[in-house]
Amino acid sequence: MTSPLQQKIKITGPSMVTANRTSDGIVIYRTAKQGWSASLSDAAIVRTSDEARALLAEANADDVGAVGAYIAPVELKDGGEIKPGNLRERIRSKGLTIDLLPA
Amino acid sequence: MYAYDELDRTLINERVSEFRDQVKRRLSGELTEDEFKMLRLQNGVYLQLHAYMFRVAIPYGTLSSKQLRRLAHVARRYDRGYGHFTTRQNIQFNWIKLSELPDALAELAEVGIHAMQTSGNNMRNVTSDQWAGVAPGEVEDPRIWSEILRQHTTLHPEFSFLPRKFKIAITASEHDRAAIKVHDIGLRLHKNADGETGFEVLVGGGLGRTPFIAKTIKPYVAGRDILSYVEAILRVYNQYGRRDNIYKARIKILVHELGIEKFAREVEEEWKQMGHGALTLDHSVIEEVRSRFSYPPYEKLPHMPDELKQAAHDPLFERWRKNSVAPHKVQGYSIVTLSLKPVGGPPGDATADQMDAVADLADRYSFGEIRVGHEQNLALPHVAKRDLPQLWKALDRIGLATPNVNLVTDIIACPGLDYCSLANARSIPIAQELTRRFANHDTAEMIGRLHINISGCINACGHHHVGHIGILGVEKNGEEFYQITIGGRADENAQMGALIGPAVPYAEVADVIEDIVEAYLALRDRPEELFVDTVKRLGVEPFKERVYATR
Ligand code: HEM
Ligand code: SF4
Repeated sequence: MTSPLQQKIKITGPSMVTANRTSDGIVIYRTAKQGWSASLSDAAIVRTSDEARALLAEANADDVGAVGAYIAPVELKDGGEIKPGNLRERIRSKGLTIDLLPA
Repeated sequence: MYAYDELDRTLINERVSEFRDQVKRRLSGELTEDEFKMLRLQNGVYLQLHAYMFRVAIPYGTLSSKQLRRLAHVARRYDRGYGHFTTRQNIQFNWIKLSELPDALAELAEVGIHAMQTSGNNMRNVTSDQWAGVAPGEVEDPRIWSEILRQHTTLHPEFSFLPRKFKIAITASEHDRAAIKVHDIGLRLHKNADGETGFEVLVGGGLGRTPFIAKTIKPYVAGRDILSYVEAILRVYNQYGRRDNIYKARIKILVHELGIEKFAREVEEEWKQMGHGALTLDHSVIEEVRSRFSYPPYEKLPHMPDELKQAAHDPLFERWRKNSVAPHKVQGYSIVTLSLKPVGGPPGDATADQMDAVADLADRYSFGEIRVGHEQNLALPHVAKRDLPQLWKALDRIGLATPNVNLVTDIIACPGLDYCSLANARSIPIAQELTRRFANHDTAEMIGRLHINISGCINACGHHHVGHIGILGVEKNGEEFYQITIGGRADENAQMGALIGPAVPYAEVADVIEDIVEAYLALRDRPEELFVDTVKRLGVEPFKERVYATR
């Protein structure tokens, strides 16, 4: 996956803005209420490149709270459930795909 | 072991309080991330997918039991109870909170451990043979020279703002365990015709996007001149090195573009102009550093103690001994490698409990000393042979007696997409699946020496180019694919592997590797012919035919 850090702002489907929390590095999502949440289900969803750019700008403005904000794709399920749009984001939201102990 | 001097301790402590202040200012918003990033990188702190990652240096791979216990403590107290040993004699913690980092650093500083020079465009941790000082036939202990270079380059202005990061490795044995040919500068200690000790100097090696094997720039530089010679190389690099393009900034590119002859002439010229003044090492300075390395009070022990003769009746013990125990320079002792590659485990990881247990075993059986090698395994460097059976049982109980050192399941893997924000694809689960496929130790032994190296992107942290089999994660349309190379090697005959065919999807990698190994078993002309030698003799084609015929 091309690093999202290098992406031009042009989205092709529903997207969100994600970052890491400054104090402890955990994965966070930009919410519609100008804040952050550790849960993807709280993420603000954007559908146009302009909306995406605006949400990212707002996220970037919070330099104290978050590090390395970027736009990432999501999948919207019928019931409105938000799923990560690629493997990288799946791993960021669900955690490691591996067993830590020998099995 | 090595004893840090007062200067070092003061320096380390100053860095800790400096960083504490910087973190405080970052958390309060006084420092922006842009301003802070450089500072955190200078202290080994990266941002990964899930958290900050903290990289700690283990200079020349030597640790005391006290230091290892402290690493275990940091893993337990500040992380999730484990750490990851890397290919450059570092350990990484994957889940550290920025707000707690200064405390972790301070606790490490108390035992002389720091994170300086583990990231950023400076002189990195000078690595060395993990068997330094104990390997039979070694010219002399290469760590003396690692340490001299470390002292000289730590925080030296000329080395702190290089065009790119800079890595040096040193070996003093015929067999290169430090992978010196894939470093910016590789140093090989040897004796000249007059019996004096000096270095063959190699330059311009490296992996990453544009891999190169280092070339010899000067066959012999006397020990006392090594600092000035390395500095001359650095000056030429600083003068010409491309700062405008991150992909071209490594010295390997400069050496390649100028050609080794021209580069060598430039260095020679610079070296002459520098004269042989301040940087010439006084005999007393070398001896002073030498005296800081202490060697244990070895006993006079028999070559073949009774304990060992008896244990030889146990085939499981014998299998482990033949695989993981190496000769020591002192009669009656051995070097024991502790495999951090259990079947199904993430390569190079150790839990805090394992670290504590190894520290205890080191106290009991290895004069309190532990080594870390570039293959992501640990070693106990001074084990009396009579203690081997006891040690084996103890290691087995903590899962560190897998008899697979240098075998197909002794895989080097980078963190890949499970942790790393630069990754294209996952590395660890590929390694885990491969260790399950080759879990049978009889099969692994029958296959013989075979190094599989895996990187999750072109940065090549997993050294895939020089794996006998190399696996590189790439991305195709959002899916994980893997390019597979064969015939690479990282030793004194270092060379890059050759691509065997089109990249294969995640789900097929283990099958393809099994096919490659089967092809090798069919193609080797006798059981002793190693995988790399078969590839060398026959080239890639016969492997390609067999592997891709059915795909
Ligand atoms: C997980 C966080 C890591 C990050 C972000 C990271 C990043 C990088 C980058 C960007 C490079 C390329 C340097 C260049 O362009 O010259 C590199 C090289 C390297 N990394 Fe890592 N790395 C990570 C972990 C590791 C680990 C775990 C290991 C050891 C297992 C490792 C060993 C190396 C080595 C040996 C190289 C040198 C390759 C060369 O010779 O150019 N890195 N790393
Ligand atoms: S090789 Fe790539 S994926 Fe692997 S650790 Fe290095 S930067 Fe990350």
